[in-house]
Amino acid sequence: MNSTTALWELPHRALSPTDIFAPVSTPAQSIFDLSLFVLGITGGIFVVVAALLSYSAIRFRKRKNDDGREPAQVYGSLQVELAWTLTPVLISLVLFLATARVIFQIQHPAPPPGAVEVTVIGHQFWWEYRYPGLKVVTANELHVPVSDPAHPTPTFLKLYSADTDHSWWVPRLAGKTDLIPNHPNSMWIEPRETGLYLGQCAQYCGTQHAKMLLRVYVESPEDFASWIQEQRQTVQTAPSDGTASEGRKIFERVACINCHTVAGTPANGRFGPDLTHLMSRETIASGAAPNTRENLRRWIENPNALKPGCKMPAMGLNNQQLDAVTAYLVSLR
Amino acid sequence: MYCLIAAESAIFVILIVAYLFYVGKSLSGPTPAILRVPVLFTVCLLSSSLTIHAAVKSLSRGNDRAFGFWWLVTIVLGATFLVGTAFEWRHLIHDEGLTIQTNLFGTTYYTLVGLHAFHVTVGLLALAAVSIFGFFGQVRKPDAPRVDVLSLYWHFVDVVWVVVFTVVYFIGR
Amino acid sequence: MSISLELPRTQPAIPFVDKLHQWVITVDHKRLGLLYITYALSFLLIGGIEATIMRIQLIRPHNDFASPQVFNQMFTMHGTTMIFFVVMPLVFGFANYLLPLMIGARDMAFPRLNAFSFWLMAFGGILLYFSFIGGYGLYGAGNAPDVGWFAYAPLTAQTFSPGHSTDFWTLSLLVSGFGSIGTAINIIATVLCMRCPGMTLGRMPLLAWLNLTMAGLVILAISPLTAAQIMLLVDRYLGGHFFDTQAGGSAVIWMHFFWVFGHPEVYVLVIPAFAFASEIIPVFSRKAIFGYPVMVAATLAIGFISMSVWAHHMFTVGMTSAANMFFVLSTMAIAVPTGIKIFNWLATMWGGKIHFRAPMLFCLAFLFQFLIAGLTGIMLSSAPFNWQLGNSYFVVAHFHYVIVGAILFALFGAFYYWFPKASGRMYSETLAKFHFWLFLIGFHLTFDFMHVPGMLGMPRRIYTYEPGRGWEIWNLIVTIGVLFQAAGILAFVANLFGSYFRGKNAGSDPWDAWTLEWSTHSPPPEYNFETVPVVKSRRPLWDLKHPEDPDWKYE
Repeated sequence: MNSTTALWELPHRALSPTDIFAPVSTPAQSIFDLSLFVLGITGGIFVVVAALLSYSAIRFRKRKNDDGREPAQVYGSLQVELAWTLTPVLISLVLFLATARVIFQIQHPAPPPGAVEVTVIGHQFWWEYRYPGLKVVTANELHVPVSDPAHPTPTFLKLYSADTDHSWWVPRLAGKTDLIPNHPNSMWIEPRETGLYLGQCAQYCGTQHAKMLLRVYVESPEDFASWIQEQRQTVQTAPSDGTASEGRKIFERVACINCHTVAGTPANGRFGPDLTHLMSRETIASGAAPNTRENLRRWIENPNALKPGCKMPAMGLNNQQLDAVTAYLVSLR
Repeated sequence: MYCLIAAESAIFVILIVAYLFYVGKSLSGPTPAILRVPVLFTVCLLSSSLTIHAAVKSLSRGNDRAFGFWWLVTIVLGATFLVGTAFEWRHLIHDEGLTIQTNLFGTTYYTLVGLHAFHVTVGLLALAAVSIFGFFGQVRKPDAPRVDVLSLYWHFVDVVWVVVFTVVYFIGR
Repeated sequence: MSISLELPRTQPAIPFVDKLHQWVITVDHKRLGLLYITYALSFLLIGGIEATIMRIQLIRPHNDFASPQVFNQMFTMHGTTMIFFVVMPLVFGFANYLLPLMIGARDMAFPRLNAFSFWLMAFGGILLYFSFIGGYGLYGAGNAPDVGWFAYAPLTAQTFSPGHSTDFWTLSLLVSGFGSIGTAINIIATVLCMRCPGMTLGRMPLLAWLNLTMAGLVILAISPLTAAQIMLLVDRYLGGHFFDTQAGGSAVIWMHFFWVFGHPEVYVLVIPAFAFASEIIPVFSRKAIFGYPVMVAATLAIGFISMSVWAHHMFTVGMTSAANMFFVLSTMAIAVPTGIKIFNWLATMWGGKIHFRAPMLFCLAFLFQFLIAGLTGIMLSSAPFNWQLGNSYFVVAHFHYVIVGAILFALFGAFYYWFPKASGRMYSETLAKFHFWLFLIGFHLTFDFMHVPGMLGMPRRIYTYEPGRGWEIWNLIVTIGVLFQAAGILAFVANLFGSYFRGKNAGSDPWDAWTLEWSTHSPPPEYNFETVPVVKSRRPLWDLKHPEDPDWKYE
């Protein structure tokens, strides 16, 4: 499938969870292979030209015992000019062809039958994920199945934006593609190893651009299937816990439902993340904090303390109300 | 002046690109079909190029009175064009309900035609200033090359109109 | 052997107010040049402070030195300031000062337009900085632009940027843009019409050719920005929909219009740096520039091709494969004439006798650093590689390598080279060497290591970052480099001031150079030349100094 299979098999210890030189997915791999070629050529050019520059600076420096005469004046040479014009032209051509090949490899392939389709909608400052075929809606943490080269199950992402420009960048999975309002884009990933892969928004979108983090969970087909099952369920019954049910009343009364959806309840706002299965996520505020009871409480008490300038207002709840709503949220598994 | 014309042309090119890009893309509201081709006022503006040329020729031959006459005619023709634009816009706004806010067509149309009208206005002010100097006898034969440079600007404004006219009233409709 | 003309320093004392008045109403190209340069240096310090604030905030993850609102204003203002109110005025200032002197003219073609352009540009800068105290904004006091220096739509729409921060950005650049066009018109008219007798286009200094090309690019490139800004103002204040995606408008078209300006703009910034190198390297290698006609052709090629590469800033936007390929090709194409220039400078040094004075040191660094910058540019031009590296700190490192490593270093070289001419005094070579080494170390600490976080996934324009991504150590090193750069700049400013007041008399030709500006007094009198020079070759002073072996025999 690619000519550097040997390199691919070399265990590469990623220098960081977002190391572009540690691909685990086909498009990232194609880019990596191309990058080695480009680095090789540019590195070679650097070595040659820098050596010539250094040599000339040393060899032709004015010596201490200089006689003050001017050196021979050379005005130019057509042959030399031709030589160092043609060589770069050829190098550029080669680079261009190698690049063009990878562009075609990565852009707009046809999705194979096993592909998972996800619609990504970028918001200030969180990610909305919808799996239209699988009827799942979630936010901020994307789950996809690992892809087996024998029966590939890549994930194809359609990228939209609800407000300003964003960019989806998880370096170990693929190059970035922007989410631009009124300009749908698409990209694909084909992860070959399970695990959690990190990234973040890569197009300045406003105050909290820095905390619009990405978390992609690549799971075995079984784990993925059971995650889908969980996510499909609507909220079962009213919470048994008194505080939680009090919290639900507050939630539905104090305008939370204007922004948030909790399936199976009157809450069907689309401005903020879907909270139906909030507790199935490891983080809140698009990766900005771990999803614990304390953090949840702190978040709804004053979102600006964690993400100053985010779009969620503090609802001015008192301590009792905060406890109640937190209890309700914690019940949303 | 040629450099200035080059720079100004670049501005108009970008606006024309925007106009063409957005042709047919308005989500709602009036379309270019409502435009009435302003033949008379276009003829006025284009013939003003001929009259300004005549004015400059006269001045370079030393004929100050002919220069003053043709120069004034140029201003009148230019002003007529502006008046015509004003009437057209009034019609579009009051009768057709098309404003710069209405839709993409409104935005691009008014901006493009408006920027051109702004350039016509600035040109008219410059021409008027020369006229005033002329009344006081300050504009004589040696000034002909400088007046010629100003007339270049006026020709540019006309050429822009030819392009805008073609794009808006023919290609875009 | 050098030609030396001494002017007795006898000038009557003039009251300070009158001196100030003379400077304000001046139309003399030399004074306007110095005004541009002084203005730019002040903004260099301010822009540097803005960068320092950002670097302190980023020295460790989750730092709380600067809030996100302030940080976002810092990177916007830093970029806008450095490009429009530091490098552009520096470039215009040097062009203004040097062009008439180097082509044997008495002044620029349109002195009053010259002054008008300067004051427009100056006003633009003041307006931009007024934003810190003027107007109202969503986040309280301080309303400086925070939309990034390229102000992408729809972030700049009223919906997402209420308040006036975007308007300060738009209006200040609109105004200074008109000033830039005025200066460009002046440069073109001067170079085409005011050369002294005997100086055909083929005999004028490369600096003149390069500034001519730069001016042509300004004419063609600033206008798209002006047009786009007019459209933005229509959107924001007249309810227009140019970039209103809700009404069917396009955010991508803003990007196209901006980068049609933005890319030639960076060539406007770098081509004068080439000009300085092309004047300094020959003199300090004691050889004529190698391949003058090819250098001219390469410059024109660069200018021409630079108008066709703009969408390499948009590889991640989702253009068609065909579009992506076109811009890959055009960007790689522009690398060819650029490389040719590097080779020609190398060939100029080859076989010469290199004097390692401050101007040459800076130009040598320029050569190495421009080479590296060009190579990282080639990496970025490969679209799929760009899909990883784009919008990350790799890009930030690349363009700072060009703007600081190449352009600013060449500018420092130019400062030291022409300081004796403009002031009549010699600068301190020791202090200049301090400046060079401190700044070199700082530059490399900051910008070499800045490539690494980019390759490890760190995007740009983020006010903080998560721990555990491997970015901490690199950010720390990058910030430390700032200290060395600041120290270098301090040495530079000290040198300028100290030498101006107490430097040794430089004479008219301290470098034994060959172009016309060295044939007149230091500083030049207001009329520049006592008699109009007549030239027969590209190096008129070489002909005078070497009558047995003049250039015109070989050209």
